Amino acid sequence: MSFLNIINNYPKEAVRNMILETTPDQIDAALNSPRLSVETFANLLSPAISDDQLEIMAARAHSITQQRFGRTILLYAPLYLSNECHNGCKYCGFSADNHLIRKTLELDEIEREAKILREQGFRHMLLLTGEAPEAAGIGYLEEAVKIIKHYCGSVSIEVFPMETEGYRQMIAAGVDGLTIYQETYDRELYADLHPYGAKSDYDYRLAAPERGGKAGLRKIGIGALLGLGDSLSDAFYTGLHALYLARTYWRTQVTVSFPRMRPAEGGFQPMTLVDDRQLTQFICAMRLFLPDAGLVLSTRENADLRNNLLPLGITQMSAGSCTAPGGYGDHDEDNKQFEISDHRSPAEMEEYLISRGYDPVWKDWDMAFLSKAG
Amino acid sequence: MDQLTIAGRTFDSRLMVGTGKFSSNQAMVDAMVHSGSEIVTVALRRVDIDNPQDSLLSHIDRDRFLLLPNTSGARDAEEAVRLARLARAAGCEPWVKLEVTPDPYYLLPDPIETLKAAEMLVKEGFVVLPYMPADPVLAKHLEEAGTATVMPLGAPIGTNKGVRTRDHIAIIIEQANVPVVVDAGLGAPSHAAEAMEMGADAVLVNTALADTGDPAAMARAFRKGVEAGREAFLAGLGQQRQKAEASSPLTGFLRKD
Amino acid sequence: MQINVNGKSKEVIDDLSVSALINSLNLQADQVVVELNRSILTSEQFSTAQLTAGDSLEIVQFVGGG
Repeated sequence: MSFLNIINNYPKEAVRNMILETTPDQIDAALNSPRLSVETFANLLSPAISDDQLEIMAARAHSITQQRFGRTILLYAPLYLSNECHNGCKYCGFSADNHLIRKTLELDEIEREAKILREQGFRHMLLLTGEAPEAAGIGYLEEAVKIIKHYCGSVSIEVFPMETEGYRQMIAAGVDGLTIYQETYDRELYADLHPYGAKSDYDYRLAAPERGGKAGLRKIGIGALLGLGDSLSDAFYTGLHALYLARTYWRTQVTVSFPRMRPAEGGFQPMTLVDDRQLTQFICAMRLFLPDAGLVLSTRENADLRNNLLPLGITQMSAGSCTAPGGYGDHDEDNKQFEISDHRSPAEMEEYLISRGYDPVWKDWDMAFLSKAG
Repeated sequence: MDQLTIAGRTFDSRLMVGTGKFSSNQAMVDAMVHSGSEIVTVALRRVDIDNPQDSLLSHIDRDRFLLLPNTSGARDAEEAVRLARLARAAGCEPWVKLEVTPDPYYLLPDPIETLKAAEMLVKEGFVVLPYMPADPVLAKHLEEAGTATVMPLGAPIGTNKGVRTRDHIAIIIEQANVPVVVDAGLGAPSHAAEAMEMGADAVLVNTALADTGDPAAMARAFRKGVEAGREAFLAGLGQQRQKAEASSPLTGFLRKD
Repeated sequence: MQINVNGKSKEVIDDLSVSALINSLNLQADQVVVELNRSILTSEQFSTAQLTAGDSLEIVQFVGGG
């Protein structure tokens, strides 16, 4: 059964009502139950949560994370390979409507970027492209991965959605993870925000994580772009989606990201504003709902907030990120997908984590562990 | 009404009963009837041609009870499949309690042969309810193979020790996409209640009902135990409170400006 | 002729049908399942299946079980 069947059982208005009609007693009951159901997860997303209740939830999130993950934080780096794109996503810096220098890295440039990241300490890299298969398609990615694998044992992709066969090809090339955001789970809003291009196909994108699971990817990451639409329902659907993936593709590690809208070229204004309190609440609720999911917080968020959110369930962070293709070598300030906020270098990040008693993990996995050649 | 759904069929009772080891057919019928059960397991055995017994079926009201033949006696997948086919040929609905127990001392289920048999039986159109060790990974494999439920043991058959495999059953319940039936080892109504409080979808009890002097009364007690446990689960049991952990507030930063 | 029933050797008349054998054992056809040489028989086949020398039969029925 596809997630498409499941999400249709939870229409948006019903979800919003479920969340907004939550009583303080229900929040207490949810905080007090050993395991959350879909309904009690919704309760914990309620904006009516009191400061005291939020503190209790944070304490539980901290405790669960410590139990399941210890004090480890996996460090990864985004590596933008190309910003060419045929989609017209209204909120994205790489939208086909935007004027910026389009660049697809040559193989030697890819190698340069990967080398830099390796020297900074990274062993987990996330490769990003827009959607322009003729410039940066599966063949290109295969070539890129082959090079990057010399510098880094674990490669994930955050690119255009593929068929299951495409993901199998990626695995064969050496990829072990997939990240793909639905952006918003609200079908109507999605249609409005993606007026043209392949990305306008909501169903195809929604089922991409499943196809990745079927192909056998070890890690699948999802998320909604908080601020695009109704953040309450998007947070709920993200949890529901993650639960489905965890239960169905049970050999796969599921992660959830919390990208919040940032200023981008083109000046798109977020429709809703997810404030720090709400972001904190979403992260804690997700941790209680999915004790084993990785929770990712990127450099979109500023250093202070990232520092404060560290004990509340986060298990993966990026550092020293650049969101323009070739940006690590070029120091490209102009052609970014979005502005980052936490400008600490990887070394500074490592130092900070250690000072807080956390365990920065640079290398968690290497496909070579599976290689018979040794 | 909170109903149990297995393979698209709904049941009011979450207590399944076995028909083995009773001192008499009357005792067996008393237990079945007073348990409120709707699903009863039976086994297949060679007829003793020198001394044929009355068929068990004449004592079971087929309109009231769904017959769930088990494959007890099977020592490997092939034998289990053969037994399942025999049961189906007897005119039963194609439901089978898959039981592969090569070890005659503890009657523990063989995980490898059980998975093999499950795959074969699902392909042949059976509704498969597999008796299994309380192994969460095996439970996902069986589910993936298409079984209608998973049935982890609480403790070895006939030991009446209760939910000894509690922690692993908790994981199975958390991770399952199919109903979880705790089967084997439940010796007291409190054990059945415990399994239901944990979130199990149903339990299967045999020895505890057969071993007692008053099967009707024990069956009524188990029925109440199952109902009590289920109701408590639905009401939402609180978690056991731990000591307060963080000494300084974790969300204080949200209130500063 | 000699046939094997439930693991025991048995002497029976030639051209015996399965249903006749079942009757002779005081069993009821609708309460047993029969496997003839490892092949499960349908109830219709009880009357049509002719036994030959050396045949192996398993006759099983439901009994109590957990």
